[in-house]
Amino acid sequence: MSELPPGIKLEKEDDKIMTLNVGPQHPGSGHMRIIVKIDGDYIVSCDPDPGYVHRGEEKMAEYRNYITNIPHLERPVIHDSCNILYPYCLGVEEILGLEVPERAKYIRVIASELNRCVYTLYWLAIYGIFLGHSTMFMWPTGDRELLIDLLEKLSGARVTHAYFIPGGVRNDMPANFEDVCIRQINYFEKRIKQYDSIFYSNPILKSRTIKTGVLAQQDAISLGATGSVLRASGVDFDVRKKEPYDVYDNLDFQSNTLKSGDSYARSKIPWLDMLESCRIIRNALEKIPKSGSVRVKLKPNPKAGNVETYKRVESGRGSLGMYIISNGKPEPYRVKISVGSFRNLICLPYLLKGEKLGNMPAVYWSLNYWPVEADR
Amino acid sequence: MLKDLVMPQNANVFVSKLGDILVKAIDQPLGYAINWGRIWSLWPVHIETACCSVEFGAASGPRYDVERFGIIEAFGSLRQCDLVVVQGTITRKMAPRLRLVYDQMPDPKYVIAMGACAITGGLYFDSYNVLPGIDGVLPVDVYVPGCPPRPETLIQGCMLLQEKIKCMKAR
Amino acid sequence: MSNTQNKSNLNGDVHIHKNTDSNSIDKKEDDRPEFETNLANTLLHNFGEKIKIDFIKKNRIKVNVQKENIVEIAKFISLNMKFDHAEAVTGIDYPEQNEIEVVYHLGSYEDNLSNQILALSTSAIREDDPTPGSDRTKLPSLRNVFYSVEFHERECFEMLGVYFENHPDNRRLLLPEDWADIPPLRKDFKIKGR
Ligand code: SF4
Repeated sequence: MSELPPGIKLEKEDDKIMTLNVGPQHPGSGHMRIIVKIDGDYIVSCDPDPGYVHRGEEKMAEYRNYITNIPHLERPVIHDSCNILYPYCLGVEEILGLEVPERAKYIRVIASELNRCVYTLYWLAIYGIFLGHSTMFMWPTGDRELLIDLLEKLSGARVTHAYFIPGGVRNDMPANFEDVCIRQINYFEKRIKQYDSIFYSNPILKSRTIKTGVLAQQDAISLGATGSVLRASGVDFDVRKKEPYDVYDNLDFQSNTLKSGDSYARSKIPWLDMLESCRIIRNALEKIPKSGSVRVKLKPNPKAGNVETYKRVESGRGSLGMYIISNGKPEPYRVKISVGSFRNLICLPYLLKGEKLGNMPAVYWSLNYWPVEADR
Repeated sequence: MLKDLVMPQNANVFVSKLGDILVKAIDQPLGYAINWGRIWSLWPVHIETACCSVEFGAASGPRYDVERFGIIEAFGSLRQCDLVVVQGTITRKMAPRLRLVYDQMPDPKYVIAMGACAITGGLYFDSYNVLPGIDGVLPVDVYVPGCPPRPETLIQGCMLLQEKIKCMKAR
Repeated sequence: MSNTQNKSNLNGDVHIHKNTDSNSIDKKEDDRPEFETNLANTLLHNFGEKIKIDFIKKNRIKVNVQKENIVEIAKFISLNMKFDHAEAVTGIDYPEQNEIEVVYHLGSYEDNLSNQILALSTSAIREDDPTPGSDRTKLPSLRNVFYSVEFHERECFEMLGVYFENHPDNRRLLLPEDWADIPPLRKDFKIKGR
C-alpha cells in the first residue's frame, strides 16, 4: 500500500467523498463490479462485488457422477481447462485408486503447460486493452492461435478440451505431434521474447505500472495471495516445485520470483513463466516414453469409498485446489473448488487504497484475476 | 380538386399528401442506404457475461478479425453502440444489469445470443442461478449455437444479422 | 456417511481411512508419514483432549475441534506452527447428524511446510428451517487469526447460512441481492429437474 498524499484522509465519510460504480459494463472491469469511493483522484476505499457469473458449479457437481462432472467443471476457465481439470483428476484417481500410465503423465504435463501459455496470452492481451496498448492485444491473440492449434490436434476442441480424465488422458498424441510441437514451441519462444521490447520496455507501460499497487512480502503472505501475485512479491512458492504432482519432479525448470511486488512485476511473472513452460515442454518431449497406454480402463459408474481428498496444482492463476468428499455413491458428496482468482481478490481492496483512480485497471488486471473462475 | 388543395386553409393537408408521395418515392432507396450504412458499422457494447467472451476476444484477434465484416471490437461506450453480443451465461444477478444496458442504448439496436447458455441455459440447465436463455430479457435477433461457438460461427452469425438488417424496414 | 464412521472411531487416536474399493492400495497404520505425525503430535501434546485427529496422510492432516476451542487452536497453529494462510474454507452439510461442518484448509509459505495442508474442521448446529444470521448456526470467525479467510467466510455464510461471529463484514458476496431462498449448498435445497 502506498502512502496517501498529505491532506487526504481514509474512510472518512464526508461530502468530498464520491462513490463510483465501476462495472459490470465497463471496459476496465470485466465481469465484476468494483465499488470505489474516491476523494478527488484518490481511491479511499474499494469494495469488490463479484458474483455476476456465479453458476453454482459446486451444487451441480453433487448431482453428476465422477465422469459426467468433467465437462462442466472445466467451464470456469475454458481457456485453461486442462489445469482446472488436473486437480479433479488427481483427486478422483486417489479416491478410486487408479494408477496413471507413465506416458499419460507426460502428455498431461505437455497439455497443461501449453494451456498455461494459452491462458497467459489471453490475460496479457486483455492487459494490453486495459492499458490502451492495442498492439499488445493483437500480438498475443495471434500467437495464441498457434498453441490452440496444437491443443486442437491433441484433443479435438479449440478451448474446451475435456482432455484429462481420471486415469489418464482421453486419447494418445497424434502421429507427428512431437515434431510439430517442437517447431511451434521454438517459433513461439522467439516470438514471446519480442514482447519484451514492445511491452515490457515500453516507457508508457512502465510509467503506469511501476510502483503502483505495491504488495509487500509480508502482506502477500498474510492475505494468502497465490501464483504470480505471490511470486512477484518475492515469495518463492510454486506448487509444481513444492509439491510435485505427476512427473514435474523429473523435469528441469525453475520458478521465477521478483522482488518489487508492483503491477509491473506481477505482469512480468506470467511472461517469465511462459518461457519456463517452453523449457518444460521441450524437456518432457525428450523424456516421454515412446509408446504405451495412455489411460486405464474405468468401470462405467465408478464408486469410491468413504474418503476425502484435497489436491492442488499450479494453474495459470496460482494454486488451484479441489476438495472432493465421497460417501460411497457414484456422485461426489461435495466438491469444493478453491481457485487462485478468488484468493487473490482479497488483495484488491488493499492495493487500491490510496491509488489514483486511473491506475485501477492496471492494478486490478495485474492480479491475474479471471472473474468467471472466481465466481464458479 | 387540386384547386381546393392549394387553398391556404388546406395547406396542412397538402403538405401531408406531398410527404406521402415523397416517402413513397424515396423510402425504399433511402431505407436501403440507411441499412447499408448500418450493417457495416455495428458496434458491439463491451459487456462480458461469461466464458464465451474468450472466443469473442479471439474473433477480434488477427486470425479471425471480425472487423473486416464491419463489426468493431468491443471498445466503445454504451451510448454509441447498437449491438449487444450476449457472451454466454446470464445469471440472475446479471440479468437486470443486462436489461439496463440494453435500455440505455439508442435505437436501433440488435442482439446476438452467443453460446448455448445464452440460448437455453446450455450446460447449466439445472443450475439455481442461471436463466434458461435470454429470451425473457432481451429480444434476440440471431442465435449462435456452440459451447463456446468457434469464432467462425460467430462471424457467420454476424453475417446473418447483416442479412437480416438488410431486409428490415429502416426506422 | 463418512463423518459418523470417522467420529465414532476416534478416541484421540490416529485413524486412517480404509478404502473400500477393491483395486485400491490399503494403507497400514505403520506407514504413517513421519513428518506429518510429528506435526499432529505437537497439536496433541498442547491441546490433548480438545483435538481429534481425523487422518494423517502424506502431506495432509485433518484435525477436528470443538467450536469453542477453534480460535485458540487456530492462534496456536498460526503463531507456533507457522501455517500462515487459508487455501479454502469449505462448508459441508450433514442433515442426518444435524450439523454443518466447516473445514479450513490451512497452508504455509514456509519452506519446510510448503507441501503440507492442515485441515482444521469444526461443526455448527444445523437448523432445519434456516434464517441465516439469526439462528443458532454460528461459529467464531477466524478472520483475526488468518486474514485470508475474509472472503471465504463470506462465501460460506451465504452458501450454507453459517454466521461467523466477529467477522467484520458478513455481507452477501456471490449470490444475487434479492436471493430469498434457503442457502443453496444445503442438501435440502433441490435444484430444478433433479
Ligand atoms: S455456452 Fe459454454 S462457453 Fe459459452 S458461456 Fe456457456 S458454458 Fe461458457
